[in-house]
Amino acid sequence: MTDMPDTTLTSDPSHDAPLPVDTDDAADYYTPGAPIADTKAPQGSIDQRWQTRKFEARLVNPANRRKLDVIIVGTGLAGASAAATMGEAGYNVKSFCYQDSPRRAHSIAAQGGINAAKNYKEDGDSVHRLFYDTVKGGDYRSRESNVYRLAEVSTNIIDQCVAQGVPFAREYGGLLDNRSFGGVQVSRTFYARGQTGQQLLIGAYQALERQVAAGTVATFTRHEMLEVIVVDGKARGIIARDMVTGEIETHLADVVVLASGGYGNVFYLSTNAMGCNVTAAWRAHRKGAYMANPCYTQIHPTCIPVSGSHQSKLTLMSESLRNDGRIWVPKKKADCGKDPREIPEEDRDYYLERIYPSFGNLVPRDIASRAAKNVCDEGRGVGPEVDGVRRGVYLDFRDAIARLGKDGVEEKYDNLLDMYERITGENPYEVPMRIYPAVHYVMGGLWVDYDLQSSIPGLFVTGEANFSDHGANRLGASALMQGLADGYFVLPHTIRDYLADGPFEKVDEAHPAVVEARTSVTDRIEHFLTVNGTRSVDSYHRELGHIMWEYCGMERTEDGLKKAIDLIRTLKDDFNRNLKVLGTADSLNQSLEKAGRVADFIELGELMCIDALNRRESCGGHFRAESQTEDGEALRHDDQYAYVAAWEFAGDGEKPVLHKEDLVYTAIEMKQRSYK
Amino acid sequence: MKLTLKIWRQTDANDAGGMHTYDVDDVSADMSFLEMLDVLNEQLNAKGEEPIAFDSDCREGICGMCGLMINGEAHGPVTTTTCQLHMRSFTDGETITIEPWRSDAFPVLKDLVVDRGAFDRIIQQGGFISVNTGSAPEAHAVPVPRDDAMRAFNVATCIGCGACVAACPNGSASLFMGAKITHLGELPQGQPERDSRVVNMVAQHDHEGFGGCTNIGECTAACPKEIPLDVISQLNKDLRTAMKHGH
Repeated sequence: MTDMPDTTLTSDPSHDAPLPVDTDDAADYYTPGAPIADTKAPQGSIDQRWQTRKFEARLVNPANRRKLDVIIVGTGLAGASAAATMGEAGYNVKSFCYQDSPRRAHSIAAQGGINAAKNYKEDGDSVHRLFYDTVKGGDYRSRESNVYRLAEVSTNIIDQCVAQGVPFAREYGGLLDNRSFGGVQVSRTFYARGQTGQQLLIGAYQALERQVAAGTVATFTRHEMLEVIVVDGKARGIIARDMVTGEIETHLADVVVLASGGYGNVFYLSTNAMGCNVTAAWRAHRKGAYMANPCYTQIHPTCIPVSGSHQSKLTLMSESLRNDGRIWVPKKKADCGKDPREIPEEDRDYYLERIYPSFGNLVPRDIASRAAKNVCDEGRGVGPEVDGVRRGVYLDFRDAIARLGKDGVEEKYDNLLDMYERITGENPYEVPMRIYPAVHYVMGGLWVDYDLQSSIPGLFVTGEANFSDHGANRLGASALMQGLADGYFVLPHTIRDYLADGPFEKVDEAHPAVVEARTSVTDRIEHFLTVNGTRSVDSYHRELGHIMWEYCGMERTEDGLKKAIDLIRTLKDDFNRNLKVLGTADSLNQSLEKAGRVADFIELGELMCIDALNRRESCGGHFRAESQTEDGEALRHDDQYAYVAAWEFAGDGEKPVLHKEDLVYTAIEMKQRSYK
Repeated sequence: MKLTLKIWRQTDANDAGGMHTYDVDDVSADMSFLEMLDVLNEQLNAKGEEPIAFDSDCREGICGMCGLMINGEAHGPVTTTTCQLHMRSFTDGETITIEPWRSDAFPVLKDLVVDRGAFDRIIQQGGFISVNTGSAPEAHAVPVPRDDAMRAFNVATCIGCGACVAACPNGSASLFMGAKITHLGELPQGQPERDSRVVNMVAQHDHEGFGGCTNIGECTAACPKEIPLDVISQLNKDLRTAMKHGH
């Protein structure tokens, strides 16, 4: 397989320049473990691997499927699509979500679109190009077999969604419209105005509810998974809390799927929903599931800037706005406080267009975010000063309005511009919007093999909760693609190979492993309610978020990360002694729910810092100040870090164990990313 | 700004519940309504009083989880969700009344939190197109006229928040149901099940205890996504057609 031609790429010899030997900054914080030898990806030509795996995965007789119990935690794109598909196949599915309805999962908030290699625009797109763009966009830190499969099934997703009635944008001839997104030079993004995630999720939700009526899926809303049950080394169920009655429930099954989303809320302020959390994944991690590349965080460049200390969340403005909006700051610091409309063209610095002439405003997210940080650090940011610095850049629709007319802009972006006005009180048709990067997505997650199975047999992980497809940076419109690819088209095939050995021996609720899991849940709840300290859960969450953003955010250093680890350990200690949670265990208690989530975020935060410390290179969204080119771009060190860092939990107070999975590329050549 | 809040508190579904009055200071105009309640909850927690339970999740107006009656209006004075309502819509010294959604079909679980499971059960009765994963034809096999696709999209933006029910004097969910009927009915893919969909969804709607529609229009006025009232005409038309077809 030959590599894609790319006119802008240059090989950078510095990747191969050996680092000084003594560079393991994290040496004191972890224990080296055995490398991961097998990811279960079939061998052979990359375009044949998925076909091979589908054929080799054993089948389950339809009559046996109803005897097999499948638990799926989470009802976002990855969870709802899997639950619906497994239900259609005839398995006995239990679907859990913490919201009051499956339709509310945070996939619903995705705005821009979903990628698929349909090549409807005949602009040179193909499965191989989507694969190539995704690996390159991820800065060569993803697993190529998984990414190729993702690109391959992307086209089926669009077919499925259209058949479900997802109202994608269409052209006058009645065919589907596409737009382009950051990091690519083709138009392959399908969209439904600025609400693509909503429309796709409702499609999956409706398919799920259809199976509820058919009797194959049972939904458990307002339920939170608090522990995974592992019997004889296999995942056999979960402990969940009914968030209305407080009842602790045991749910047993033949297989457990976590589709529980990402952990961006470890930063407190993020574009995630208030309830997004790491608890399901973290409890599984503590039971033996490896956590992979936890430091890979995506900071999205186009969010509404923070307005004050009361802020509970940040709001994203779709990246699609970068198709028509132009990003700039004043050339002169003296202009930063002025009305932007009074700053003449020659005094504006369209810095992305200047630095990256090939991609301009459409560079990948990590690059756009860091560029915004840099101009603000230089003192050229705009908007109100927060702690003495203006943290904002303009996203200007003036030229787009001149070109497309106000109506044209409205049709494409209306709800987004409205939302901006509602939140900020400023009209973006008249004054340029102000944006600033915010935590948006995590590429890290539970380690999975090619089958999406974690290091605990019988525990599968899909969507943002796993780590495999986006490397160190995710391209826009690829999260929806991955969630639905995993749930509709990948997991239902790979999981059957595992289920072919079932139904497994029945587990009794009195089994020691079940009792242990239940007891650990009830003890933890009891602990939170009896600390009787003085500080609220939110205050701890906020403090953790400050630490993470300051030291494990857009730019990371050895000293900063070590300091962060100390601060987090101190915070954890205080949390255990000084937390104040009112109310009872046997009722709806939102403070209690948050306490469990924040406790897990604190532990995760420490691991993220250790992971970031270990990786003394810059790649994608992970920028180590110690590893950059002369002009400040991320500098990878493929000779030392072309691996997945998969962390094993070794016990409370013990150093985590690092297992490395080497990344081997056979269908693509590793290069320095260049968008110039 | 300083505000006086009169808030409905109820310990669980069996409790009678009642209004309680709270004062909250240091409210900024840039706060969202829910952030203002966060501030109040932090104050209550510090005083040893249990925080007020209310639902919210995305806080960007799309998930449909939040929803409060604010001064008697579903989602308050602006056409948006409660989470996207900002305190600049209120004035210093104002008294604000906050209640949960009012509807028998949405029982209160605690304080301002209600159970909207009835909406899911209505969808289960036909709010879908029956197409198993993997059995779909090529996406371009069936072109959809742009205007039809646009209308389908416009009503598919319903977030299922329940404001329409809370605002309706009859407690009807006709706007919610009409939006789904219209969304799927506008598309060629939705035609095969069009008759059974409307008949079964309406039956479930009535079974859940939602009231009938008498064309008052409070629903569309309260709808944060501005779903138009004509989806209810479409619902009625589809129901008539289905009955003519013998359903």
